[in-house]
Amino acid sequence: MRLYALAVFGFLYLPIAIIALFSFNAGRHASQFAGFSTQWYGKALANPFVMEALWTSVSVAFASALIASVFGTMAALALQGMRGRVRAIADALIYIAVMVPGIVIGIATLIALVTLFGWINPLLARLAPEGAAPQLGMGHGTLIAAHALFSMALVILILRARLEGMDRALIEASADLYAPPLATFRQVTLPMIFPGILAGFLLSFTFSFDDFIIAFFVAGSETTLPIYVFSSIRRGVTPEINAIGTMVLGASLVLLIAAQLILRRGRRAAGKDGG
Amino acid sequence: MQRITGSFETSGRDGEGLIAAFRAATKRFGDVVAADALTLGIVRGEFLSFLGPSGCGKTTALRMLAGFETPTSGEVFLDGEEVSAVPPYRRPVNMVFQHYALFPHLTVAQNIAYGLWQRRPRPERAEIARQVDRALAMVRLSGFGPRRIWEMSGGQQQRVALARAIVNEPKILLLDEPLAALDRKLRREMQIELQTLQRELGITFVLVTHDQEEALSMSDRICIMRGGRIVQIGAPADLYDRPHNRYVADFVGKSNFVDGVLREVSGALGRIETAQGLGLGGRMGGPVAPGARVTLSIRPEQIGLARAAQPGAEPVSVVNRIFLGEHTEYLVRHAQLGDLLVLVPRQAEAGAGGFAPGESAFASWHPDAALILPQD
Ligand SMILES: Nc1ncnc2c1ncn2[C@@H]1O[C@H](COP(=O)(O)OP(=O)(O)OP(=O)(O)O)[C@@H](O)[C@H]1O
Ligand SMILES: [Mg+2]
Repeated sequence: MRLYALAVFGFLYLPIAIIALFSFNAGRHASQFAGFSTQWYGKALANPFVMEALWTSVSVAFASALIASVFGTMAALALQGMRGRVRAIADALIYIAVMVPGIVIGIATLIALVTLFGWINPLLARLAPEGAAPQLGMGHGTLIAAHALFSMALVILILRARLEGMDRALIEASADLYAPPLATFRQVTLPMIFPGILAGFLLSFTFSFDDFIIAFFVAGSETTLPIYVFSSIRRGVTPEINAIGTMVLGASLVLLIAAQLILRRGRRAAGKDGG
Repeated sequence: MQRITGSFETSGRDGEGLIAAFRAATKRFGDVVAADALTLGIVRGEFLSFLGPSGCGKTTALRMLAGFETPTSGEVFLDGEEVSAVPPYRRPVNMVFQHYALFPHLTVAQNIAYGLWQRRPRPERAEIARQVDRALAMVRLSGFGPRRIWEMSGGQQQRVALARAIVNEPKILLLDEPLAALDRKLRREMQIELQTLQRELGITFVLVTHDQEEALSMSDRICIMRGGRIVQIGAPADLYDRPHNRYVADFVGKSNFVDGVLREVSGALGRIETAQGLGLGGRMGGPVAPGARVTLSIRPEQIGLARAAQPGAEPVSVVNRIFLGEHTEYLVRHAQLGDLLVLVPRQAEAGAGGFAPGESAFASWHPDAALILPQD
């Protein structure tokens, strides 16, 4: 049994460990370790294509995470006021949204956007003077939209759990102490759920930053970091790719751990033993 | 402070000296009638308790005063104004919640300052700090201001919740089972502290509890509830000595009950017959016609135990004895009446000594001490 567990962990983490190891390879080849070096990190960071893809990824991740956090929070608060069957259905739909495979979301979003643009672009062309009509197409905007859509479900899930764990009496106590609804929201609800919002933001950022499948469908001519890695792998795995992979892994881990810590600390602060 | 005795049921907003009133206030949750046509006046400066078993609508009544529930029908008055449509944040009352509901993201001082902070125009920081310090001193927590809520013990959190409410000088302080989460000793301390605080501040206190001892020891008046209705309102001694029915006698203090049928009434006295055919005399506790099913209620401390037979005494055998310090509590068995609880003061046993389980004895009581009550 223990051997089996070890084997599973081996299969899971060995490839990742090898990528991390070979990113420090001094040699050219991905399969022969020829001494320790950090030269590939320097090369990767100096590569203008890598930097451009990185910038695209970061900006898309930031924008989509921001949108997802704001709208996800509002949705979670609205769901909180629902009761009975409506609530059960809404909850189920959100769970499903999180579990739908990326490829389905990718295709669905692509078709939806193409159809939408097919309607809007002719309209825009008619409204604007000759030739100057802005035309909507795949790119930065669609990437952000698709990621924000998916991440929103994540944020809602996290916040629902937090709102559920929050004592309703706190809201009543605030009202009892003369705070109107908006003041109560600002002074009690928001501070209580803020760790959840922050964690949701970080998770959304990580998801968007790492996502390949959805991005591949809706990116148009934009290149995110995962798309760049994928396309350059077709020309062979280089230590440079390993270095990029290792950096992405490191950044993601840091964000995920941060999100976990924030959630756990928030839970303790709002814990039953505290109230 | 005004003291009210007797059953006092004021219904109007014109009632003199009333700080609040319910007039036929009913609250329904679906099929459940949580409060059924409550009509009651709350006197300025009094300590009023709602007492009743779980689910009888005590919290609902309190929440209608606080503004968290709107009556389905009927009216609620605060300081002469009908307030059914006034939201909680505009009502000059404050509540101490059962589980305190302290804000975990704020310090003790910030919690207490919360209500003052919402005032418009907002008081000066120094003024708020001064009042917070005063409130902390009042609940004997001076110096605890910068602490976090979870660094406070249960009893301390209770005091913070109290300070957070009284710092606003509300017209009524509402307390929903505020001491339920405390252990026995601490609860006793807090009861005394609450009473002292109420006298010092002169604020009207409305307390919800299902602990009769708590209600009896602290209140000026108690409102006994059952199934959303008010059964009887009165001063503690009133309810204890003159319960309107068996339910009240059972809820306020301990009592022995003997069921039977009322056979005859002459003036204030009556006579009942038990199912076994035993005839017992007692004082009429309510308007009941002969022939009705009634209950005879005898308080344990009204029964005396003796070794020698006396006229009118009932033969019993001692089943159990519990030494309570200043009292001894006996459980005695009567052939027809069943088990009776008897409370004998220490000095009554000083000479002859106590009774041992198994011993025979004679139980007697003054007919005036036995109350004939309607059975509902
Ligand atoms: N929000 C609500 N929705 C539905 N039913 C409710 C609601 N609040 C109270 N009730 C019902 O109304 C009745 C009275 O409830 P209430 O909380 O006033 O009782 P209580 O006397 O305070 O009891 P306890 O001692 O258990 O706190 C109960 O039957 C309860 O189930
Ligand atoms: Mg209650």
